[in-house]
Amino acid sequence: MKVWKYDDNINTDMLFPGKYVYTCSTPEEIKPHLLEDLDPPFAKNVREGDIILAGKNFGCGSSREQPVVGLKTVGIVAVVAESFARIFYRSSINQGLLLIECPDVVKAYSKGDNVTLDIEHGKIIVGEKSFFFPKLPEEILSIRDAGGLLPYTRAKLKKK
Amino acid sequence: MDMTFAEKILAKYSGEKEVVPAQIVTVKPDHLLTHDNTAPIIQKIKPELTEYGVYNKSLPIIVLDHVIPAASEKTANNHKIIREFVKNHKIEHFFDVGYGVCHQIVVEKGLALPGELLLGSDSHTCSYGAVGAFSSGIDRTEAAALMLTGETWLKVPNSIKITLEGKLQPSVTAKDVVLHIIGDISASGANYCSVEFHGNIEQFSVEERFTIANMGVEMGAKNAFFPVDNITTKYLKSIGISTSQYTAIYPDEDASYSKELKYNLSDITPVVALPHSVDNVKKVIEVEGLDIQQCLIGTCTNGRLSDFKIAAQILKGKKVHPNVRLLILPSSRQVYLDALKEGIIDTLIESGGILLPPGCGPCLGAHQGVLAPKERCLSTANRNFKGRMGCKDAEIYLASPATVAVSAVHGKITDPRKEVH
Repeated sequence: MKVWKYDDNINTDMLFPGKYVYTCSTPEEIKPHLLEDLDPPFAKNVREGDIILAGKNFGCGSSREQPVVGLKTVGIVAVVAESFARIFYRSSINQGLLLIECPDVVKAYSKGDNVTLDIEHGKIIVGEKSFFFPKLPEEILSIRDAGGLLPYTRAKLKKK
Repeated sequence: MDMTFAEKILAKYSGEKEVVPAQIVTVKPDHLLTHDNTAPIIQKIKPELTEYGVYNKSLPIIVLDHVIPAASEKTANNHKIIREFVKNHKIEHFFDVGYGVCHQIVVEKGLALPGELLLGSDSHTCSYGAVGAFSSGIDRTEAAALMLTGETWLKVPNSIKITLEGKLQPSVTAKDVVLHIIGDISASGANYCSVEFHGNIEQFSVEERFTIANMGVEMGAKNAFFPVDNITTKYLKSIGISTSQYTAIYPDEDASYSKELKYNLSDITPVVALPHSVDNVKKVIEVEGLDIQQCLIGTCTNGRLSDFKIAAQILKGKKVHPNVRLLILPSSRQVYLDALKEGIIDTLIESGGILLPPGCGPCLGAHQGVLAPKERCLSTANRNFKGRMGCKDAEIYLASPATVAVSAVHGKITDPRKEVH
């Protein structure tokens, strides 16, 4: 598992350039342009199970959901950041992408450290140190557990 | 318990007597805004739309604005898919190519009223706080779900109270105020928060409040809000909305804010946001003299009549510098028409301006005015992210219409308080 480390204020244009927003919508169309202007080798080299570590305000900017859909598609298991922008945060719940707000983890990490994620116990191990992150509220967990907002909505409509 | 604006409106829409920050509530918004992204949104829920239909025909507001007129077969087809959807589902509020930028249309057509709640699959949906509405951005998937169910969850935000004291100096505008605040509190300074503007707000027209609320998301805010006053009611009357058509919501006097900030407007000078972050704000005088190749006056941030009036006053009888392309982007057809009637468009074109159709145009880098590597653009838009105008090796600087107009004449970044010669 590889850790991809980025700075503060990684915005949606860096994650997925605006010029493709109205021509690329499917996961396959999104994939090659993911992080194109931030880290060009990312799209080619990212592997299922990799993790992103970032500073403050990750995902700020546009409401475009291609960054979230893309990161989920390539198999990013979690984005751990000091903080997230709100539309990106909401969008990740809707797509079932795990976001962990935990500044201590980001600060503790040095290049080359092993990072292990234990989602069930809400625990991240960085090198020798363990960190715990809080569970999401019940209402939100139910969306994630359903596999994202659309499966959740479909189930809700069927019940009615 | 005294409540903030966000607490009061979310209590009202969730049917609760009172709510507190971090509480999660279910709300039914008055409207759901989508634009060119309507095509991918409805494609996500094709079978469900056939089976259940749209929740309510008057819920969606659909505006084609982001890539207009279509720039490719693909974007043309997107528009076509949306038109067919609108027809098949008898969507009531549809604005085809040419009406203008969605946020301007929502306010101009009286679709966002004081005390109403709107959500939209565009980050600048926060603009409608200019007329006392609660409005916030969501993603495409959530817009798809809302299209079917008419409801979603919202977390009650903390609220920040920003009090604007004193009076603006000449040549300093609402854009300078909001850039100054973002520079001060940073691009994440209001993350997850509802931002309320109080104090001497009577000096700001609804158009100027729009500029400030529009950039709420650039400080991370969930929504931005100006309390309704005579200026709001007068504006609404001018677009045919009477006070009996809405119930304004005001924060309570002893509401509790997570942060209270005060700014003396007379201390603010013309400012510019440097690449590649909106909070990288400096005084214009600190960066004066940087050469520019493109200028953009317009967008949903600064594309209204008062903005073009300022630009025309500066550009009257002058010529745009030969090294500069000046793009003019009205935020709506109505603005375009009003500016035509007042002779403003004549002035801008005579000076060398290039008029674009009312829409989002070059702001998002999809077409119209894409930059080349190493070029520098001075723009009145709301974002200067790397690659935003289609080229990752170009630079975008953000400023007021006054600063952009003066700079266009000089061919370099120039303080608008200086005479144009």
